[in-house]
Amino acid sequence: MTLFTPRTEIEAARLVADLALTKKPVTIQGGATRAGLGRPNQTEATISTNRLTGITLHEPAELVISAKAGTPVAEVAAALDAKGQMLPFEPMDHRAIFGTTGEPTIGGVVAGNHSGPRRIQAGACRDSLIGVRLVNGRGEAVKSGGRVMKNVTGLDLAKLVTGSYGTLGLLTEVTFKVLPRPERALTLLIKNLDDARAVAALSAALGSPFEPSGAAHLPAGLSRPIPRTILRLEGFSVSLEYRIGQLRRLLADFGELIVLEGEDSRGLWRGVRDCEFLAEPTESALWRVSTAPTRAPQVTAAVAAAVPGARWFYDWGGGLVWLSLPPTADAGAATVRAAVASAGGHATLVRAPREIRAMVDVFQPLGPLTRVTGGIKTSFDPAGILEPGRMYAGM
Amino acid sequence: MSPNIFSIPETMIGFLIGFKPCDDPLVYACPNACDQNDAGTRETPNMTTIAFPAPDAGIIARRDEIVAGLAKLVAGEALITAEDELRPYESDALTAFRKVPLAVVLPSTTEEVAAVLRYCSAQGVPVIPRGSGTSLVGGATPQEDAVVIGVSKMNRILEIDYANRAARVQAGVTNLAITGAVMADGFFYAPDPSSQLACSIGGNIAMNSGGAHCLKYGVTTNNILGLKLVLHDGEIVEIGGDHLDMPGYDLLGLLIGSEGQLGIVTEATVRILRAAEGARPVLFGFPKPELAGAAVAAIIGAGIIPVAMEYMDKMAIAICEDFAKAGYPMDAEALLIIEVEGSEQEMDDQLVRIIEIAKKHGVTTIRESKSAMETAAIWKGRKSAFGATGKIADYICMDGTIPTGQLPYVLGRIDALVTRYGLRVANVFHAGDGNLHPLVLYDINDPVERQKAEDCGLDILRLCVEVGGCLTGEHGVGVEKRDLMPVQFGKADLDQQMRVRAVFDPAWLLNPAKVFPLEGRVAA
Ligand SMILES: Cc1cc2nc3c(=O)[nH]c(=O)nc-3n(C[C@H](O)[C@H](O)[C@H](O)COP(=O)(O)OP(=O)(O)OC[C@H]3O[C@@H](n4cnc5c(N)ncnc54)[C@H](O)[C@@H]3O)c2cc1C
Repeated sequence: MTLFTPRTEIEAARLVADLALTKKPVTIQGGATRAGLGRPNQTEATISTNRLTGITLHEPAELVISAKAGTPVAEVAAALDAKGQMLPFEPMDHRAIFGTTGEPTIGGVVAGNHSGPRRIQAGACRDSLIGVRLVNGRGEAVKSGGRVMKNVTGLDLAKLVTGSYGTLGLLTEVTFKVLPRPERALTLLIKNLDDARAVAALSAALGSPFEPSGAAHLPAGLSRPIPRTILRLEGFSVSLEYRIGQLRRLLADFGELIVLEGEDSRGLWRGVRDCEFLAEPTESALWRVSTAPTRAPQVTAAVAAAVPGARWFYDWGGGLVWLSLPPTADAGAATVRAAVASAGGHATLVRAPREIRAMVDVFQPLGPLTRVTGGIKTSFDPAGILEPGRMYAGM
Repeated sequence: MSPNIFSIPETMIGFLIGFKPCDDPLVYACPNACDQNDAGTRETPNMTTIAFPAPDAGIIARRDEIVAGLAKLVAGEALITAEDELRPYESDALTAFRKVPLAVVLPSTTEEVAAVLRYCSAQGVPVIPRGSGTSLVGGATPQEDAVVIGVSKMNRILEIDYANRAARVQAGVTNLAITGAVMADGFFYAPDPSSQLACSIGGNIAMNSGGAHCLKYGVTTNNILGLKLVLHDGEIVEIGGDHLDMPGYDLLGLLIGSEGQLGIVTEATVRILRAAEGARPVLFGFPKPELAGAAVAAIIGAGIIPVAMEYMDKMAIAICEDFAKAGYPMDAEALLIIEVEGSEQEMDDQLVRIIEIAKKHGVTTIRESKSAMETAAIWKGRKSAFGATGKIADYICMDGTIPTGQLPYVLGRIDALVTRYGLRVANVFHAGDGNLHPLVLYDINDPVERQKAEDCGLDILRLCVEVGGCLTGEHGVGVEKRDLMPVQFGKADLDQQMRVRAVFDPAWLLNPAKVFPLEGRVAA
């Protein structure tokens, strides 16, 4: 296994071109904190982005930041924080569930389209991403998008490569639009709702004019004995006071609203964002299911009926379900896939032992989209050297 | 829910969005919008600089056979072949380009779209997807050897799901009809192009259209959850659904903004949002454009993102005020329309902050809307900016985006450019996101001036790229900016885009003359 650490995009492009000539498959690595994502693949070489680092542009008045792919997320966050700004989509940090220790990189965030609780209000990573530079499997440096907020020039390859786990190219630089950090943030907590009632409460709040920026439900037994339904409000202080009052009225039927602020509030959302509640036991399998919110309780009920010991919680108003299942032979794949097939949506096996991830579909099977997906992969990487098999077997 | 509460006679559309059909050079190109005899006076040679590929003589020769083949696939009234009935489809809102297509098909179902595409694909006949024909860049311009597939008959709202905040609609439904269907329940569909009364959601998806309120709510691509798409060979695929983030590669992101080159969209699942409790636009008049620009930057810098921040220069103010009687300050050199939303108290609170900033930047007029009617007039003026301009002169509408910090510099350069060409310009734009719409005024009957206007427009776009921006922020590339693509992209960038395109359309039959320069095209 050879490790390459290019210092520039030109160097990276030359490297990939060489690997393509000799058809050497390659793994792409940022901080390696999320190396457990996807199907395990065998490659002869690894390209690390750990020397492709640094913020290349930050114009606070224009709400835009660019950084080389290997830049630690923490560095980007700190630069924004210093100007009272933030990444709108609240990227998940996978270290809690993988027990890894390195520094997550900004390129890794884009490679997995990792978004947190604020996704329901401010969009996903792909929505904030306004430009990328990458090296495709031919060793060509390619750019898409740019540094401006609105841009419809040509095909949007920036979105296409977001969430492609390195299979379409080695990201070298990414550009985001950012938002001002809210003046104040707080959590509204309702106790003791069952899943269906909780999702109904979250739907009512999300369908109100009061703009929650987080909407999650933690069933009983996740670090507290009772179920907790939580909403996050962010904005100017005066406005929050008003919205608390309105939501109290709107959600009166669901129970008392308790206001949490400061670390009590922040800690909860960090827990939701990083799936901390299901990090233990470390050997359990973790699934991430995206579905329409009102159908999420039906997914968890179907899984619970078939798999003793299943645990879960909901984010995105119910639309995102994190499921923890005992590490059985298929990590519950058959059950989860069947439940999602009937509810609509998709499921990803986020954490499971290597052998299981090699055997079951980790990402949602593509069905009729297999042909175009394969075609796109080939159009970027005709020699098939970039992370082969990482997302789909034989692709 | 009635899907038709917003349907209006097509003859009215042009008027409602600010055109008087037919006396307007940029006539609203919807079928039957005007008496075609009138069109003769507007007939002008095609833009000299932008070429279309020569029509395929083999296809033209087989016209009768192809028409007969199409007739077997769709109901009689869905197939248009008579010369005079084809005329309304000869262009979109970029009327400088006119080509009468071989035939027009207006299917009623996804299956019909699939059958027609499969047939055209097998016959090697080019296909031009069409929504309402409001594209400003020739995205829907046909060609003589092509079949136009229009989705305008597929205009039903299929499902509204408030609990999950999603609506499933057919591609031909108008943008405003979606909001119309959910408005009574307090919801809306966010992207609001000025053409929203007429343009289709399918066209919005193809162009990734934006609007005045996109500063807060994002553009089309941020508001679509799923698509039903017919591929070139007639295969019907679903992309995404009513959940967030599709699995696998982000084909939604790829399809949105692909300008009808990757397939025909027949259905979409869109996000619907709960409207704020109230919205209030405020007019801010400034003595200098630079001051308005600096105020915009300062507002954002203070952590305030209003729902909309729209800029107009003196010429645009005069034109729009004359049309809408909205109370725009006629003495100002620059106007900002800033809209805030929320409860009364929230709006007041935000406005206090915004006004304080505006005062630091020398604002001379501040006028808040005091009623729903005033609000409507303020937005009517802004949204009919193009139409109202069309009443006083012919114009070319440009659509570049620049980094907002470059605003004062770019306005100065545009001024200099326009003066050099001996032309006039009216500037309207989405100030919060740097999306410029300079309207270059000229006389369409003067070929020399017309060429100057085209050249000037293209120079303005080159300027946008030069300062770090792009050729188009929301209108798309179409034919108009096709040959400028190498200004923004290198060969490797364009090759990669074209290779992806070729995966969906290996024979380059879907909207083939658009987006990518005719030279140097590559296959997958
Ligand atoms: C007065 C005026 C104001 C405007 N204001 C704005 C504005 O504020 N913001 C903005 O973004 N745009 C604006 N536009 C431009 C235009 O309205 C948009 O580009 C709109 O989205 C086009 O929609 P349409 O249905 O008319 O599509 P068409 O003009 O018919 O087609 C546009 C493109 O979409 C493709 N297409 C259409 N339907 C489909 C389909 N079902 N499947 C695949 N491809 C398809 C066509 O091939 C073509 O390339 C304005 C235009 C006018 C005339």
